[in-house]
Amino acid sequence: MPGVLARVYVTPKRGILDPQGKAVQHSLHALGFPEVGDVRVGKYIELRLREVGKDAAAERVREMCERLLANGVIEDFRVELAEDGR
Amino acid sequence: MRWGVVVFPGSNDDRDALRVAERQLGDQAVALWHKDRDLRGADVVLLPGGFSYGDYLRCGAMASCSPVMDAVRAHAAAGGLVLGICNGFQVLCEAGLLPGALVRNRSLSFICDLVTVRVETIDTPFTEGCHPGELLALPIKHGEGCWVADEDTLAALERQSRIVFRYVDRAGRVTPEACPNGAVGNVAGVCSEGRNVVGLMPHPEHAVERQIGYNTEDGLKLFRSAQAWLRRARGPEAGGPALVPGP
Repeated sequence: MPGVLARVYVTPKRGILDPQGKAVQHSLHALGFPEVGDVRVGKYIELRLREVGKDAAAERVREMCERLLANGVIEDFRVELAEDGR
Repeated sequence: MRWGVVVFPGSNDDRDALRVAERQLGDQAVALWHKDRDLRGADVVLLPGGFSYGDYLRCGAMASCSPVMDAVRAHAAAGGLVLGICNGFQVLCEAGLLPGALVRNRSLSFICDLVTVRVETIDTPFTEGCHPGELLALPIKHGEGCWVADEDTLAALERQSRIVFRYVDRAGRVTPEACPNGAVGNVAGVCSEGRNVVGLMPHPEHAVERQIGYNTEDGLKLFRSAQAWLRRARGPEAGGPALVPGP
């Protein structure tokens, strides 16, 4: 069975202050990009899962996110799964 | 009685905590390694400050998964005393033993300063020796000390008197300026539902000797509270070593 490549995006929850995003926004404005509105800075995590189908992987990765990769108090997560030919 | 201080890779206030237990309290102190599966007979567990696991992923996230934390969870569930200071507070929040989370300071700066906190409840083993509303001068040193929780959680904590410390100005007023890191409701420390687990960002273990640092020993009150609480809980004959001043 081929593996699965999971791409996990972790972002600050709406309503949680993101001072990093604010600082990046200010810097972009200073660099001449006044069109930049809200900026949120998050994390991107790539996981390669071995010998697992996409359905099972979806469930496993969700559990990984809930238990470690994201903190539900302050963060949301989104997962994309693709077949990993490597 | 015996204090167990958990040492994670990257902890750096563990020695100070052990020193308080031995020298200031005259108790036994034992260092617990993050791979330990038991607490070596510790009556109270202290999670110290530092940068466990290099603050990888999120502060305290990796530490909350380490083997010793299963034992800490069991100890807490049985009503045992647990104190998390700074990174230790972050670990306890990540482990789900305390509510909320600690995020980057609103200023984005690492802050090293002396702050005033107000004791919001004396109904915890670590604050019962304080007066209600007592002001304590304690140092802070953190980059990610901004405590956050959603409105419902905060309201529930207020209702249950589980906010243990708030940042205040020198007159004891809760003002935005008195909050060094942007924490919601100026919260500096909270406790668990059972009140036996307490976490705070300021460092009581760095405020135990007037000769050192900021000329305050207000931090001792937390440790002496817990010591008195434990002595009472264990009964007179269980005793433990008598309170002797350090060498």
